[in-house]
Amino acid sequence: MALSQERLGKYNPEKPTENRITDIGPRHFWEFFPPVIQKNYGKWLYHDILEPGIMVHVSETGDKVFTVRCGGSRFMTAENIREICDIADKYCDGYVRFTTRNNIEFMVTSYEKVEALKKDLLSRKYISGSYKFPIGGTGAGVTNIVHTQGYIHCHTPATDASSMVKAIMDELMDYFTGMTLPAHVRISVACCLNMCGAVHCSDIALLGIHRKPPIVDDNIDSICEIPLAITACPVGAISPGKTEDGRKTVKIKEERCMFCGNCYTMCPALPIADKLGDGVAVLAGGKISNRISEPKFSKVIVPWLPNNFPRFPEVVATVKKIIEVYAAEARKYERIGDWAERIGWEKFFEKCELPFTEHLIDDYRLAYDTYRTSTQFKFTGAAWEVSRAAGGIDD
Amino acid sequence: MDFKPKRPQKELKYEELRIYTDEELHNYTEEELKDFKIKHDIPDLEELEKGPWPSFVADAKREALHRKKLPKDRMMIDQDVVDDLLGQLQLSFDDGETHWKHGGIVGVFGYGGGVIGRYSDVPEKYPSVAHFHTLRVNQPASKFYKTDFLRALCDLWEFRGSGMFNMHGSTGDIILLGTTTEQLEPLFYDLTHELDQDLGGSGSNLRTPSCCIGKARCEFACIDTQDLCYELTTHYQDELHRPAFPYKFKIKIDGCPNGCVASLARSDMALIGTWRDDIRIDQEAVQAYIRGEIQPNGGAHSGRDWGKFDIQKEVIDLCPTGCMVMEDGKLVINNQECNRCMHCINTMPRALRPGIDTGVSILFGAKAPILEGAQLAVLTVPFMKAEAPYDNIKELLEKVWDWWIEEGKNRERLGELIQRKGLPRFLEVIGVPAAPQMVKMPRTNPYIFWKEEDVPGGWKRDIKDYRLRHKR
Repeated sequence: MALSQERLGKYNPEKPTENRITDIGPRHFWEFFPPVIQKNYGKWLYHDILEPGIMVHVSETGDKVFTVRCGGSRFMTAENIREICDIADKYCDGYVRFTTRNNIEFMVTSYEKVEALKKDLLSRKYISGSYKFPIGGTGAGVTNIVHTQGYIHCHTPATDASSMVKAIMDELMDYFTGMTLPAHVRISVACCLNMCGAVHCSDIALLGIHRKPPIVDDNIDSICEIPLAITACPVGAISPGKTEDGRKTVKIKEERCMFCGNCYTMCPALPIADKLGDGVAVLAGGKISNRISEPKFSKVIVPWLPNNFPRFPEVVATVKKIIEVYAAEARKYERIGDWAERIGWEKFFEKCELPFTEHLIDDYRLAYDTYRTSTQFKFTGAAWEVSRAAGGIDD
Repeated sequence: MDFKPKRPQKELKYEELRIYTDEELHNYTEEELKDFKIKHDIPDLEELEKGPWPSFVADAKREALHRKKLPKDRMMIDQDVVDDLLGQLQLSFDDGETHWKHGGIVGVFGYGGGVIGRYSDVPEKYPSVAHFHTLRVNQPASKFYKTDFLRALCDLWEFRGSGMFNMHGSTGDIILLGTTTEQLEPLFYDLTHELDQDLGGSGSNLRTPSCCIGKARCEFACIDTQDLCYELTTHYQDELHRPAFPYKFKIKIDGCPNGCVASLARSDMALIGTWRDDIRIDQEAVQAYIRGEIQPNGGAHSGRDWGKFDIQKEVIDLCPTGCMVMEDGKLVINNQECNRCMHCINTMPRALRPGIDTGVSILFGAKAPILEGAQLAVLTVPFMKAEAPYDNIKELLEKVWDWWIEEGKNRERLGELIQRKGLPRFLEVIGVPAAPQMVKMPRTNPYIFWKEEDVPGGWKRDIKDYRLRHKR
């Protein structure tokens, strides 16, 4: 038993199906559980967050397990994972886990070990200065940002993920290492409307969007299933067409296109990315848990901000502003969406000093359900502007 | 409680599996790293080395240096792959556009998915990422690891791939980021033969199921999330590896309604742990919370002074159904009215616990916006027991698949099919009666379909009969 070290290893391309093992699935979880987890499986009584990033779970057997949670950058190298393994071998008998938000968790069975582990983790920095394993991400703060591939590996992005996440987390570090907010704030990033991940249900979400229709390549008839490109359009903006020399192509009704990019997903001859057009929409107020209120979708609150690589200052400033106002105004246990709904979205826009534009008014299929069909509203500057425009007031 | 895998698992020892020697693994010094420059100019990326959050650029650079210092024949893909990835990323920042070509269809024999093909559109500038395919490796349930496994995977991937990972992909897989087509089969061979480990899913199939940490380390977990996840994953290996569906299908398993793996938003079939008996109350612990001896919410808000814990204000008044009161110094919950939102349990975990008659609520049809708009999952089965071997859950799932495979249009998610055909049709297919739990409210429009057999006299009517009673 050893990993192979020849060019093709033990794989024989002459006989591809020989010795092939398939359908074995993942490794079984039980052998990867530390002994204290195996022993106390299903017997946990309660937990406490001792300080940001550090939890203790207490079992009915009296056993305790202490967890130290660290930020991870999700994109990571073998060198990084080996360093994680070194730490896990040194303090945790060779066990480690990752969370559903891509943080790293080290578990130990006594508080003395926590102190040593904590000291070690915080002492590890990259040469250029950033923490390798910042401790935090628990309780009422900002934890890791669920994100996507961006320019690192994907062909349909309208922005980059890893860089935006780094820029935001640098700015929000105190919220990662602290628990000072009314409730936890989940931030997520997706580079296009496919929304791989959690953008549609996050407290704050950043979403790459395009603002120009696709360009039709003249080889479309040879590389695309044209009907698939046509049915890929949510708004029916694409129809079959003929080129001047009689070849099959598509026509795009530009005024109907809302730049989702799904036709490009289906058809390589319809590229849509554009340096000046592409950017970031900001959404807010989504949640997944059922705690107090039902799960909510995030809503678009800023239609577009520029892709200002590498640090996205406009995006970072917007996120920070929302969190600061929310932190100052919301009640304990209120998620951003709960708060915005309680005070009314008109107040949310006023307090966060965000302009409200027509782009934020839904006009897709079930849009009507999002319009206000009552006289229950609060006056803000935006209301007076409408009154002035409509001739309702003099000043 | 003890879980046994269905088949014996190969015991992994890194010392037996390893490719690289200790010298090869520690082949650069801090000094070298300090002076190290990758082969392209990357000013924007170097800017991202600053600041406190772990810098993926700084991490990538050490991998680049490590590869440079390994002898060329100790890696099966180009030594400069990390340099070229960073170089191309910088170019993408300059151009404000991605530099990956559209699509890419590669894989391993016997499977129709698991590998995402990717090619650079500037291969002359960045030749070592000309091929840059991703492999999805099915993660162990809830992502616990032993270092032997991770170290062996690192050696394998550094030897046959880029040495770059995502830990983890959003669906849950370990992502091996970047290798050539030639290396896919040798990688798969060693993954299966040596690491006893399979690929995950991609394409129009069952994707890799995932679950929250469950009973492994959470007192709220109502079900064995890992066991259920592992069982469904291994039982449906064919559906996972060989795309046979109209589109993708995801299963996620949450141990309770807190939703730590976000099943309700991110899976076509969401299995969420719940209970149907009473919340367990420890009145003494309730008093300890009231007296301020225990911090509310496990201390989650301790970074700020929110005042003394006020059970009325923080628990009873926030209960969405108003089913709690304090009576004679005791906390009383009217469990018939409780909707199990978890708030009181989250706030006083030492005093309140979920019931013991547990199972799952099953919700279907969550998806992201493309095509018909984003959907959260729809409550379909309010309660089902969830005990190994989970035959009831499998039977239900297969009824859903039978219908969707037959009726679903090309690239139509289950949630969209339910929208197109209507929730009533879906209920008929899976053989459950309608219940008020399935709706937020009854319909407001009166456009009601009736089946012919449910209406006395049926639909075959003669206008002549009508005219006998009603002159034209």
